[in-house]
Amino acid sequence: MQQIVNGLLIGFMYSLIAIGLTLIWGVMNIVNFAHGDFLMVGMFTSFWLYTLYGLDPLFSIPICTALLFVMGILIYRFIVSKVMSGPMLAQLVVTFGVSIFISNLAVYFWTPDFRQITNPLLSGTWEVAGILLSIPKFVASIGSVITSLAVFLFLKKTRTGKAVLATEMDREAALLMGINTDRINSLSFGIGAALVGIAGAFLSTYYYIYPQVGGTFGLIAFSIVALGGFGSIEGAFIAGILVGLVQTLGGYFFDPSYKYAIVFMIYLITVWIRPQGLLGW
Amino acid sequence: MRNIPSRQFVSAGIALILLIVFPLVVTNTFYQHVMIIFFMFAVMGVAWNIMGGYAGMFSFGQVAFFGIGAYTSSFLLIAYHVNPWIGLVIGGLVAGLVAIAIGYPCSNLRGHYFAIASIAFGEIVKTLFNNWKLVGAAEGLSLPMLDSGFKNFMFHASKIPYYYTILAFLLISLIVCYLVSTSKMGYYFRAIKEGHDVAKVLGINVVRYRLFAIVISAFLTAMAGTFYAQYVLYIDPESVMLLPISVQIVLISMLGGAGSVMGPVIGAAILIPISEGTRVWLGHKGTGIDMLIYGFLITLISVYQPKGVWGLFSNLGRGTR
Repeated sequence: MQQIVNGLLIGFMYSLIAIGLTLIWGVMNIVNFAHGDFLMVGMFTSFWLYTLYGLDPLFSIPICTALLFVMGILIYRFIVSKVMSGPMLAQLVVTFGVSIFISNLAVYFWTPDFRQITNPLLSGTWEVAGILLSIPKFVASIGSVITSLAVFLFLKKTRTGKAVLATEMDREAALLMGINTDRINSLSFGIGAALVGIAGAFLSTYYYIYPQVGGTFGLIAFSIVALGGFGSIEGAFIAGILVGLVQTLGGYFFDPSYKYAIVFMIYLITVWIRPQGLLGW
Repeated sequence: MRNIPSRQFVSAGIALILLIVFPLVVTNTFYQHVMIIFFMFAVMGVAWNIMGGYAGMFSFGQVAFFGIGAYTSSFLLIAYHVNPWIGLVIGGLVAGLVAIAIGYPCSNLRGHYFAIASIAFGEIVKTLFNNWKLVGAAEGLSLPMLDSGFKNFMFHASKIPYYYTILAFLLISLIVCYLVSTSKMGYYFRAIKEGHDVAKVLGINVVRYRLFAIVISAFLTAMAGTFYAQYVLYIDPESVMLLPISVQIVLISMLGGAGSVMGPVIGAAILIPISEGTRVWLGHKGTGIDMLIYGFLITLISVYQPKGVWGLFSNLGRGTR
């Protein structure tokens, strides 16, 4: 039971990270390999705001979000938009370059050391019916669910959101309907990055912060996105929770060092049976 | 048109002679080392190109085959005193078998899905080796010192024999790639790359030919893995199974021009001296600045030269004719 709760708590976090990735993937057909590094930037932003100015991670969420949003748009404008019409291989490789660049920029400025936020506002554990519930993880999960829901509503209810979905379904048709797809791309990239900004701020309250932290999260996010299905927000949400559970239970029943390998195995088995992912089309 | 291929053969011949003479003229071991690494990555680039450039499967998990090759021959040598040359062949076969095992379920995956599946595959293999006690887990394997000589695939006195060995490997890979690209199989590969479903409708056994491409590619990459183990005499998962190595292989092919026989060689010739140079001159401080430059370079190439340098050459050629 404890393991299931732990799995859910990490799963909600994965969902939030993966939703940002699937949005970018779905709208632009670009796999953002720098996604994990965006997360790292979010975590470091929150870390430095706390260490230098004493701002609690909980309150630095808006700053992280805004910063990552701008960063996402800039990266889209100056790098990603340039390869959109290029060969697919270049589209795959370009974000790898961005990823290596960002993570080593962090190494250059902040050394590869592991850091931690000590004594944030959210800390400690609750005990509910014999199950230990880490407060920062619990709050992070709630925040992640609310954010995911907000993204979902934004896409389904607002005009801009509908334009994003239309672009995702059929770029040319959307263009013919008078949707400025370039702006939609830019917006989606910004939102995708902003979402990991939020995730990063939450994660910084209980996770180690170091330049390479994005690597594992990024790889898992890809599996989640592909598992949930190409560009499917609901799929990413469900798959995120699923992966969180599989990882924790797998680590519990087998060996913790194999937990990521199990996640990737599940992914490979799924795409073998359903190449388009669970909820993809 | 008829004299174009022969002109290419002449220039290839001249290049080969220059490469053979190189280590006799340049005795600086660092430059020799850079050339050896260049050839090694060129072999892997050519291998990647067969499945990526021709058959359209963009693999980011080549490092798994590289590692399997390195580990198989090293393990056999340490545990059973199997000659590294036999280990090399067995390593290639093991990599080929693994390639079939992983390639079959992935045979319907396209584009991004294939790319991500290949990353997942690479990570799984790395995790397994990191925890597998029999092959040293995270500590890796140290190869025993054997008598120097061609028979043992081990040369202590100089790098030159390694240089010629890997150059020979590169020639073998290029010949394989050339034969594949001009054979019926090569046309099938390209047909699959251009249109998976169309190829299927035309009666091409897509799954079988995709597996052919993966197996050939895996075998050649594993060969480079054995070479690396024999050259460095120490391997661990962190040195032979890291994702950035896979990315480097893809990048080499892309920079040189995916889908041309010589493309990866040109890509490696440009990229490896840069990455080895920055690593040696800037990387020792551990500040990450070498990787910083490398990441910047990847981004630059993808944005400004995504079709590869080879494409640039052939465009120029077409322009002047």
